[in-house]
Amino acid sequence: MIKVEEKLFQNRYRVDSGRPHIDIADPEICQVACKSKPCTVCCPAACYTAEGDGRVTLITDGCLECGTCRVICTEHRNVHWEYPRGGYGILFKFG
Amino acid sequence: MSEKFDAIVVGAGPAGNSAAYTLAKAGLKVLQLERGEYPGSKNVQGAILYSDALERIIPDFREDAPLERHLIEQRMWVLDDESYVGTHYRSNEFNTPPYNRYTIIRAQFDKWFSKKVQEAGALVICETTVRELLVDGKRVIGVQTDRDGGSIYADVVVLADGVNSLLAKKAGFHPELEPKDVALAVKEIHFFPETTIEQRFNIGADEGVVIEMVGKITQGMVGTGFLYTNKESLTIGVGCMLSDFKAQKTTPYALLEQMKAHPAIKPLLEGGEMKEYTAHLIPEGGYNAIPQLYGDGWMIVGDAGMFVNAAHREGSNLAMTSGRLAGETVLELKARNAPMIAANLKLYKTKLDASFVMKDLKKYQRLPDVLHKNRQFMTTYPELVNQAVHEILKVDGVDKKTKERAIRKSFVGKRSWFGLMGDAFKLWRAFE
Repeated sequence: MIKVEEKLFQNRYRVDSGRPHIDIADPEICQVACKSKPCTVCCPAACYTAEGDGRVTLITDGCLECGTCRVICTEHRNVHWEYPRGGYGILFKFG
Repeated sequence: MSEKFDAIVVGAGPAGNSAAYTLAKAGLKVLQLERGEYPGSKNVQGAILYSDALERIIPDFREDAPLERHLIEQRMWVLDDESYVGTHYRSNEFNTPPYNRYTIIRAQFDKWFSKKVQEAGALVICETTVRELLVDGKRVIGVQTDRDGGSIYADVVVLADGVNSLLAKKAGFHPELEPKDVALAVKEIHFFPETTIEQRFNIGADEGVVIEMVGKITQGMVGTGFLYTNKESLTIGVGCMLSDFKAQKTTPYALLEQMKAHPAIKPLLEGGEMKEYTAHLIPEGGYNAIPQLYGDGWMIVGDAGMFVNAAHREGSNLAMTSGRLAGETVLELKARNAPMIAANLKLYKTKLDASFVMKDLKKYQRLPDVLHKNRQFMTTYPELVNQAVHEILKVDGVDKKTKERAIRKSFVGKRSWFGLMGDAFKLWRAFE
């Protein structure tokens, strides 16, 4: 069983340091209102982590820019999702 | 850059490239914007290229396009946990030029296609993300990019910005995607010596095989798996409806790992070197999820327009065809000096309706709903069929009549006579 971190390690990225292209709009909504936290299960790059205290942390460095987190956040619409600046983010070698 | 273009195409995938090529080839002043480092660097596909759609745009593409293997065999597997029942179709006709379909590696293919677009005369600018459409009243007049002084104007903007299509959403042309209308697919590419692939799949140089899979590998979710042979690599992936991932609580990477471990799949991947892991949304909502496709000064092509025939695993050919038809629409309007307003761009929709794109999507319009509401097609039937074949093939001293009775009982026991007939009818209606 290969872990997702090992999978992502094979990929090529140009990370836009300090300028993540996805934000959680209101962290309190994730912590208090959102029970199911689907982003923490469905994100294929495991960018979202459910912390013990109910918080959801987001690190976009491994993002594959698929759009899953934006589309599944249907109850709260709490994901602010843009494409990275031109030239940044995932750079598929094969696609 | 304050100059004005005849057309701006946003995105350099198959749809955008087809539109830009068609327009530039006819002499229009075309600007194409791509957010990746190079065309293809943001694009993900299985990937199979169907020749026909590209032939209608670049008839001699075979001369220099980076093609992996032409496909001579199609396998369809229905998997249980430990087994599969399958059909294989191999034909020498598929092994006779001109070939009908090829596996491709999108990063290379899109780069090639983009070179053709540039040779046709379009200005292609990469590393540029379009942030929003510039609108005057109701009419789209250009785009705003993330570069300094990034407003650019054109008579018409072709939105080929892919499944997420943020531009159309921000402009209010397109509602947010629903989880039931998109599949999330994840895939890996594994590298091998060419001869290993050829031995494993019983094929010669340049010949290829595809395996499409349904059944227990998706753990009850509506979805499919696939394994494609490239020249020196295999791509293996699995995709399921996003609404199902959400309900199921299975991570996509765990699903892929579990599929790779299936006893029928594992030996095919033995000894390879995994070099990339990708994920992508596939717009599989079908005919009833197609958004408004044109308006004053704009058109939507490709994935952004939901042009995927999920039943037949076709997408890039629909993308290329929609891009070409959008391009031809603009050319026709230009020729008669007609403005690029909705009333005239409606011609694009008319052309789509007359093509296989809309006809096929319409044909399968019931399928997404039928699969959503009938999980037995993903779990119960694959299980029953595999068990039935196992029972028939196992020689254990039990007579065949008794075996047949047991199989019949297993089907009726799981689904009832009424259920079996209903399922047959539902499938017939969905594929009718």
